[in-house]
Amino acid sequence: MISDQKEHILQALKKGIRYDGRKLLDYRDVKVETGFVHGAEGSAKVTIGDTEIIAGVKIAIEKPYPDTPDKGNLMVNAELRPMSNPEFESGPPGEKAIELARVVDRGIRESKAIDQEKLCIEKGEKVWSVMIDIVPLNASGNLLDAGALASLAALKNTVFPKLTEDGAINYDEKTKDKLPLQKEPIEITVLKIGDYFIVDPLPEEEELLDARLTAAITADNKICAVQKGGSEPLSIEEIDTMVGIAQDKAKELRKLIR
Amino acid sequence: MKRNDGRKNDQLRPITAKVGVIKNADGSAMFKLGGTTAYSAVYGPRDLYPRFKQDPEKGLLRCDYNMMPFSGHGERVRPGGGRRSKEISMVTQNALLPVINLKGYPNAVVDVFIELTETDAGTRCAGITAASMALADAGIEMKDLVISLSVGMLDGQLLADINGKEDCELGATDIPIAYIPSMDKISLLQIDGEISREELKKALELGKKKCLEIYEIQKKALKQKYAAKVKK
Repeated sequence: MISDQKEHILQALKKGIRYDGRKLLDYRDVKVETGFVHGAEGSAKVTIGDTEIIAGVKIAIEKPYPDTPDKGNLMVNAELRPMSNPEFESGPPGEKAIELARVVDRGIRESKAIDQEKLCIEKGEKVWSVMIDIVPLNASGNLLDAGALASLAALKNTVFPKLTEDGAINYDEKTKDKLPLQKEPIEITVLKIGDYFIVDPLPEEEELLDARLTAAITADNKICAVQKGGSEPLSIEEIDTMVGIAQDKAKELRKLIR
Repeated sequence: MKRNDGRKNDQLRPITAKVGVIKNADGSAMFKLGGTTAYSAVYGPRDLYPRFKQDPEKGLLRCDYNMMPFSGHGERVRPGGGRRSKEISMVTQNALLPVINLKGYPNAVVDVFIELTETDAGTRCAGITAASMALADAGIEMKDLVISLSVGMLDGQLLADINGKEDCELGATDIPIAYIPSMDKISLLQIDGEISREELKKALELGKKKCLEIYEIQKKALKQKYAAKVKK
């Protein structure tokens, strides 16, 4: 069954057509809405084709980690709830959710998107924690790129809550102070199926991939994090091609966030 | 006396209701009441596993209520649920069961997922209202829709659809109910706070009246989706 479908998809790719009629390197329509939920300090909903995903940013005051006493904390979590796809199950995050969260985390962390030193309130004692939660409403492929884009848009939308006189957070009131952002990483996943490279996969295409490469790209076109997925190995030339595709597509997506 | 958000005592917050919002699901709905937004997706009837849970006489209705981590009005909500969401899932199931005919789905399960993206009180009610629309959208055999709403009691006044401030800060008595119009019956009733027997009766009457307003909005949202389909 799978091999029949793969044959069908490969035949189409040979002619330069995708399962849904797109060209190999075409993205589906992408939409970014910010301020999607009022309870979060920042939020965004990203729609890519039928995939809809929310990222929400919550801010808290916590103790810093012992190895970074003068830096704010960053945490990224993803919940693949059964509402968004019949194959997702309730319960603790599985492999897919953990990979999604970690790949988005690395793009933000390694690009130094947030100036974490500016999140220090009192060295070793009190720092701001930035917690990003990624939750799809409808999961129909390419959650990595969609989740990363939603997270970046949500971070850009985030404002600090007000503090009370004794230094606690008053979540009911927001300031106008934005997060100290210094880089804006965009993540693009390139799939290899047979001899072909595609972007923005449908779930059917994700099932059949031989290899995939997710690269986080900054505005100055630097690569700041990469994740290779899939069981097939890649040649150096293939990696170079895939990174090039990611750079081109990152430029396109970057236009959507302001 | 005006309420803290300027509403009249029997006035609902602004409502948005939409059907067919989650493409992967067999049926789905979004119901927004003021600052509370519930999404519901229905999957099924589908095979029930583990097998020993299967019932050859009738299908199983399974409800799962969850608040997204960023949906609270204060601190981040830790994912994974807990006692509160377990209990709400259970009372949601009981609120919906009377209208659903599961006889036609032997050995199967109808899964109802409720996710809150943002909250300002009345989350279980918004969830039930959304879920009954999602079940109808999924084509599950139903006798009626179910509407749920919270009625409050504050300083001797009955208030329809209490918000978070009235519930948590001002300390209103919170009375979430679910109402089934065709049976004229209540399928969810909880009370948190003090109230007299006479006042309770009045609260239920008010709740019923306001549920009927939401009922019209539910039906309109369902018709809208299918009217659009007919046009195509």
